[in-house]
Amino acid sequence: MTAALDLQGVACTFVSRHEPGQRYTAVQDVSLTVSAGEFVSVVGPTGCGKSTLLNVGAGLLEPSTGSVRVFGQTLLGINRRAGYMFQAESLMPWRTALGNVLAGLEFQGVPQAQSRARADDWLRRVGLGGFGDRYPHQMSGGMRKRVSLAQTLVLDPDILLMDEPFSALDIQTRQLMENELLALWAAKKKAVLFITHDLDEAIAMSDRVVVLSAGPGSHPIGEFVIDIPRPRDVAEVKITKRFIELHQAIWSVLRDEVLKGYQQQLQVP
Amino acid sequence: MWKFIKPRNQTLWFWQLSLLALLFAFWHVMTVPGLIPPMLFADERQAAFFFGEPLKIFVRIWAWFVRDADIYRHLGVTLTETLLAFAIGSIMGLAGGLWLALAPLASALLEPYIKAFNAMPRIILAPIFAVWFGLGMGSKVALGVTLVFFIVFFNVYQGVKEVSPVVLANARMLGASQRQLLRQVYLPSATSWVFSSLHTSVGLAFVGAVVGEYLGSSQGVGYLILQAEGSFDINTVMAGILVLTAFALVLDEGVGQIEKRLMKWQPRSGETEKL
Repeated sequence: MTAALDLQGVACTFVSRHEPGQRYTAVQDVSLTVSAGEFVSVVGPTGCGKSTLLNVGAGLLEPSTGSVRVFGQTLLGINRRAGYMFQAESLMPWRTALGNVLAGLEFQGVPQAQSRARADDWLRRVGLGGFGDRYPHQMSGGMRKRVSLAQTLVLDPDILLMDEPFSALDIQTRQLMENELLALWAAKKKAVLFITHDLDEAIAMSDRVVVLSAGPGSHPIGEFVIDIPRPRDVAEVKITKRFIELHQAIWSVLRDEVLKGYQQQLQVP
Repeated sequence: MWKFIKPRNQTLWFWQLSLLALLFAFWHVMTVPGLIPPMLFADERQAAFFFGEPLKIFVRIWAWFVRDADIYRHLGVTLTETLLAFAIGSIMGLAGGLWLALAPLASALLEPYIKAFNAMPRIILAPIFAVWFGLGMGSKVALGVTLVFFIVFFNVYQGVKEVSPVVLANARMLGASQRQLLRQVYLPSATSWVFSSLHTSVGLAFVGAVVGEYLGSSQGVGYLILQAEGSFDINTVMAGILVLTAFALVLDEGVGQIEKRLMKWQPRSGETEKL
């Protein structure tokens, strides 16, 4: 079976625009595959190039070396089969919640009546049925995240790329959204590449957790299959024995990298 | 007592009008010959000569608008020039700003020239425009356009450059083509910058029209002012200035209304409604 997303030997080197001599290799020699219907999380210390990896998978960033394959085909330009949920605010502030959810369908030329029905449906599914006419500035951070989720999922992408999508939310909203995402994922098995710095979240949600080393030149240093049975509840699963074992196992690998990453950040002038 | 008369939101307009009345009263007292003994000038008529007399100014305005009703033609000319300069300059600025912001090569090539044109005191172009476009409305519109263009241009340029990269990347991931990005992301994002510049540029369009008329024309409010100045008729000059000010305020209010309608997606302090 061909993988949904397959990164092989990917490296990304950034060159400073003002001083061409200064280079920074964010990720190096990264090989990562996500099968169709698989939920893979990537954890790592801050600044280790997790987002870089996601941008490569989305086709927003071309890797310096290495190949990216999407369902067996080499990726050129934007990854049309992927939906991307950004960490930062990504809604268009001049469009209402409904307008934002509609945007992707409009861009792709879906007939208006049909797209309207789909967008309305997705707004209801993320619990914002009555808020379609709100502008982003009129909504709370959690509501904006939910609009983003609807905006991404309404296009029914085969691959979901998520960059710490819930990191800005409070813990209660976060658990609700995590469970919601798991339910949606279970209903329509999509390939998910989920970036997070929160190990609990990674274990609770994923089939597989990949640990990245500290930058520069970070690369996968550990891979753990999460064999906790589904369906899971992200809050309840955290007190099971297997969860704690896995957490200890992954954390023992991750801890050294976190300390290393922290030391490096202190050294940077 | 003070609690009752203290300026509040509801009574603010009353106090603003009172302040205006007070200013005119002060002006009146200081200038009308023989009312108070001259303090700064040797002659009691000199204050009136230099600063005009409010009552005579209002008589003049009354005559323009009601008794002789002969200002409408001039006012119409000036306002037409203003609006034309404003519209042409804004559209050119918008198009130019979008183009240069999205074409790095052209922008790098043209950058020094744009800087030079912007740094140039463009009022000085008025005589040249008079030669090129004649003494009619054309030369005034051209002057206004050169003033308005750069204001809008720089704001649009800045607006496009400051489009949130995340919003842009998101739109691309949602499948927007280059054209759709332009219409759905760059343009709306730039309009907020344009509107912040429109208040300035409508004023500058007015400046272009009036200065153009002042330098050479046969009609318009600027022409009226020039004529009056030629005969040391300070009251008419002041009347012209008051009329221009009033209409500049009206234009500014018009822009404000359009802005309110088009920019309702933008948060305003105090209006933000969180759930």
